[in-house]
Amino acid sequence: MSYAVGGSGFLNNLGRIYAIYTGTFAAFVVLIGILEWMGVPSKILGYLYIFLTIGVYALIGVLSRTAEVSEYYVAGRAVPAFYNGMATGADWMSAASFIGMAGSLYFGGYGGLAFVLGWTGGYVLVSILMAPYLRKFGQFTVPDFFGARYGGNVARSLAVIVLIMASFTYVVAQIVGVGVITARFLDMDYKLACFVGLIGILVCSLLGGMKAVTWTQVAQYIILIIAYLIPAIVMSFKLTGVPIPQLMYGFALEKIEALEKTLSVAQGHSAPFVDARGNYSATAMWNYFALILCLMVGTASLPHILMRYFTTPSVRQARDSVAWSLFFIFLLYFTAPAYAAFAKLEVYQNLIGTPIDKLPGWVATWGRPGLALVGACDAANAAQIFPICTGVRGNGDGILQLNEFRIHTDAIVLATPEIAGLPYVITGLVAAGGLAAALSTADGLLLAIANALSHDVYYKMIDPTADTKRRLILSRVLLLVVAVIAAWTAGVLGADILFLVSWAFSIAASGLFAGLVLGIWWKRCGNASGVAGVAVGFAVCMFFLVATEFYGPWVKNTLSWMGDIQIVKIRGRDVAYIWGINNISVGIFGIPAAFLAQWIVGRFSEPASQDMQDFIDSIRVPAGEVKNIEGAAAH
Amino acid sequence: MATKLTKDQMASYWGKTSRLMWTILALWFFFSFVIHFFAPTLNGIRIFGFPLGFYMAAQGSLIAFLLMCFYNAKAQNAIDEEFGVSDE
Repeated sequence: MSYAVGGSGFLNNLGRIYAIYTGTFAAFVVLIGILEWMGVPSKILGYLYIFLTIGVYALIGVLSRTAEVSEYYVAGRAVPAFYNGMATGADWMSAASFIGMAGSLYFGGYGGLAFVLGWTGGYVLVSILMAPYLRKFGQFTVPDFFGARYGGNVARSLAVIVLIMASFTYVVAQIVGVGVITARFLDMDYKLACFVGLIGILVCSLLGGMKAVTWTQVAQYIILIIAYLIPAIVMSFKLTGVPIPQLMYGFALEKIEALEKTLSVAQGHSAPFVDARGNYSATAMWNYFALILCLMVGTASLPHILMRYFTTPSVRQARDSVAWSLFFIFLLYFTAPAYAAFAKLEVYQNLIGTPIDKLPGWVATWGRPGLALVGACDAANAAQIFPICTGVRGNGDGILQLNEFRIHTDAIVLATPEIAGLPYVITGLVAAGGLAAALSTADGLLLAIANALSHDVYYKMIDPTADTKRRLILSRVLLLVVAVIAAWTAGVLGADILFLVSWAFSIAASGLFAGLVLGIWWKRCGNASGVAGVAVGFAVCMFFLVATEFYGPWVKNTLSWMGDIQIVKIRGRDVAYIWGINNISVGIFGIPAAFLAQWIVGRFSEPASQDMQDFIDSIRVPAGEVKNIEGAAAH
Repeated sequence: MATKLTKDQMASYWGKTSRLMWTILALWFFFSFVIHFFAPTLNGIRIFGFPLGFYMAAQGSLIAFLLMCFYNAKAQNAIDEEFGVSDE
């Protein structure tokens, strides 16, 4: 028996090991609480949180170092369903889910729930359409499937391109998230903070690949879920007397609706499909459904998520594991609307109408220059105290009105501990949780990109005779290179690229979904159809993305035959909304285009060979060998 | 285990698997889209303070997704065991 990470002693005692880990972490939080009580400044507590948690991830990373290909790429296929579920949860929930989503719900109300639905429902598709079959297929990467199923390097290269386009924009956004959190809590320069974050990401993955990332992600999930639930529970107890936020925020919604009437807010928090004036809007409804569809299908196509189901010991556990993944994700997502409702109630009930000199302390804490997340913009010179107030004109009557209050999306989760009257130790815990969420997602994405380059491009296409040692060295070099490029991009472009994240879902959904689903469920479709599906889906998606975003007026003039096209001024550009649909949901063009192209070409081109059809039969059934086929040879 | 299915068995196995897939896909479609279409009407009903339309998007559908994933895993295992092709 080996108690090394990934050894049999480790795998047989996972429950005990992670229970001890959780207990130690709780003791660590208590210790920081004692330090705070003794008067240690919060900046030092912030450093302790960030460097100690990164230290633990690094330790797991070093203990998981490996020289075996299968451990590096698929964690030795030894991750039990339950723990793979936790790891997927951390892999999935990014800085945007952890810090941004509750804020989107605060502002969007019902409309923001498209993210809650879209980022959970996709797992049903993963469960019924893909995960078990990809696990049985038993290779290392998602492009491996395209290469094997659609006859070689053309399909494989296309899948690699889609994978990189989708994952790279996404990973840059994660590093931005790490940079923002680190800069905020350590008072550090943002660009420097991006590179500190980079170290945090690399120490987990560089030595041990998927194996290290898996066991670190489990550790990161535990921290992030504790950090997310505690402030919401306390807030619920403070406002309703019952510490179950997910159940109790219904009453907060009722009070919000009553207060909306007295404050004359037109767009009700829980009103579905309404415009800014509170009227029913069909455009709002179609946007809601388009976004849900793109996010769900994107979930089922993102390679860093699909590759997690390559790591379970069996097909059966791959299926169980999807259910556990959704369970662990659900715990956070069904709490997010509670955060939004409690924060809104607090603002409506206890903030609006308060004299400026009697505002609670958290407004000043989170509003000061450097953070600038909140602002009470009553006085004419309010922007000197609250930078977020720039451009807002208050009436200067010394009382805070609703239209004088400004709050940033990120502030909802970050400031809730203080709103609930909790000490700094909990605020720091939330920062550590956000950091865990961003680091774990970045690790998964970087690994997906680096593995596609080292395994699919180098080993499968350039040098199939390369030995294990060479392949693993190259994987690590590529991981390092991609990580540095991503951190550099994040440092240079900053937070302006965050809108790209939603695009990643549309890109992955348009490029990969049809090829994956039809490859498994339509036995007869041949090589040409798969290539056509990926190429057309990806091309249509990219065309509409680039055209609507950067050439809005051209789209309005040239594509007016498609129907109603509006020009909306956002991100400093004239962006075209075809049929009023926001271009983050551009997958609504790409996804059907991919299916249509693959279906037409599949009908009229050479069908899959008998060997290929036997191969598909062999991955449809859990037991037995996978039929040997070109491109799917054993490693 | 690992017995090779005959052509007929394979067709029957995949028929059952497909039927399960389509059933859950229909449920997925209902809880992802259809039910929310009626959100403005459902909001007239309140449970524990929650307007029902809001509740379905914030929690109800999520719970349905979760149950669907666990049910799919269980039902597919039953099919696998019936045909003796489980890999555990």
